[in-house]
Amino acid sequence: MYARLVGAQVRAQIRYKVSFTVDLVATTLAAGLDLGTVLVLFRVAPDIAGFGVRQGFLIASLASCGFASADFVMGNIDRLQNIIRLGTLDAVMVRPLSVLCQLLAGEFALRRVGRVIQGITVYGVALAAAHVRPTPAHVVLAVLAPLCGLVFFASWFLAGATISFWWIDSGEFASGFTYGGRDFVAYPVTVYSGLFRRVFGYGLGFAFIAYYPSLVLLDRPDPLGLPPWTGWCAPAVAMLAARIASALWRIGVRQYMSTGS
Amino acid sequence: MGNLTASVGRTAAWWPPVRYRTFVALVSAGFRRFSTYRQATLAGAFTNIVFGFLRCFVILAVARGGGGRPGGYDSAQLVTYIWISQGLIATVGMWGDATLSERIRTGDVVADLLRPVPPVLSYLATDLGRAGFAVLTRFVAPVLVGALAFDLYVPRHALTYPLFAVAVLLATVVSFACRYIVNATAYWLLDARGPLMAWSLVSNVLCGLYFPLSFLPGWLELALWWATPFPYLLQAPVDVLVERHPVAGSLGLVAGSLAWSGLCLAGAWYVQKRGEHRLVVQGG
Repeated sequence: MYARLVGAQVRAQIRYKVSFTVDLVATTLAAGLDLGTVLVLFRVAPDIAGFGVRQGFLIASLASCGFASADFVMGNIDRLQNIIRLGTLDAVMVRPLSVLCQLLAGEFALRRVGRVIQGITVYGVALAAAHVRPTPAHVVLAVLAPLCGLVFFASWFLAGATISFWWIDSGEFASGFTYGGRDFVAYPVTVYSGLFRRVFGYGLGFAFIAYYPSLVLLDRPDPLGLPPWTGWCAPAVAMLAARIASALWRIGVRQYMSTGS
Repeated sequence: MGNLTASVGRTAAWWPPVRYRTFVALVSAGFRRFSTYRQATLAGAFTNIVFGFLRCFVILAVARGGGGRPGGYDSAQLVTYIWISQGLIATVGMWGDATLSERIRTGDVVADLLRPVPPVLSYLATDLGRAGFAVLTRFVAPVLVGALAFDLYVPRHALTYPLFAVAVLLATVVSFACRYIVNATAYWLLDARGPLMAWSLVSNVLCGLYFPLSFLPGWLELALWWATPFPYLLQAPVDVLVERHPVAGSLGLVAGSLAWSGLCLAGAWYVQKRGEHRLVVQGG
């Protein structure tokens, strides 16, 4: 059923070829800008917080890859805010399909696949440029890390949207954590200091998505003193985030009361 | 459906195009309207503060790694740069809103054209009202937090403060005019989403939000300053405030902002005129 919904969306969007191509190019460019920023910064400072350009770029591209895939899968969830405000969520809930999947399939944006493909490609290039040794463990982690990033960021998207059940205009508030989180993850955690690093990196778990896996891939010990197996914590962190987000979602849906009427 | 050239009721005299009191009334109406968006303002300020911290840490690491003065700024200037830019995003209005293009698409813009105030000026007045409210909330909040958490650069010359205020005002005008032009493409394209997205992307990068423009190669930086209005959206006011250049340089930046605001407003006026000729009302 969902495949049919998604397929219908895809067919509709491809019909307008020019508009679709422009959208695709624009979305791809947007993703490139974040990575381009990293390169510009390294142009000015060859060493940022103890990391060189190849290593910094690996961290940034890993973050970007995970985020782009999460945006592709879960990005439309911020429509929830408008749907609740307009009261049309009732219509969605009446149908015999899962509310979440309806929302995601309803405005599936094929153009975002451009960012995902670009993200994966750039990530591959970054792995090669950083001279990551292709040992079996490294290969597994290199594939696992972006997937965990996908689950982790998608959980944050979902949790951020769920706040709309209680606080209607919360969209921008949540973006502080989703897009802010993305920016946090793109740089080595050594850049940040004090309370901010502890809260964002360890408390909210963002440090485990790109920084620690990258340390393992680069065969670098952690300047902050954590043991090397921390790089393998990404799946656990992602699973935990997914658990929390889906629990929040279920609570939100259950507590939902229609606006008006 | 044939072309409809809207007949606009204008004041009898061509100059001034709008009376001063009318303009001020529109500005305060815009201020009041945007002051009602309390939740959005709060959430937006929160996001600005989070990003302020993120960018601040990164730029401090860049300053340490770049040895001394990357791009000609010292650490305090860079920190101030970050927090002031976060405050200016909402004030200058970096994210394009699609009100005008939506109204063109649905045909509601005819109501704007029938009013005695030219639409460019009425939209400008509303935008200045919006900016006025944003200065009190979304500028003050991040700058205050930044000042508490980090050591900001305090300008040494007394002239810097009024110059900064003027530069911000002009930056708002430039931003408004560019956003107006981008929205007005809806007169021809009906769907202005493409240009709007392009504007958002390009302006965010080239105005100095992600990194100071002096981080770019020299030729690119020069081309941006001389051939595009983007640096005047954000980089110019911030450079004035952190006293990147001596006073003469700051005056030059303000003069450049003035020139570009005049140019962009003229552009918006021209596009609006052409759009009126082209206007086709959809539906009814």
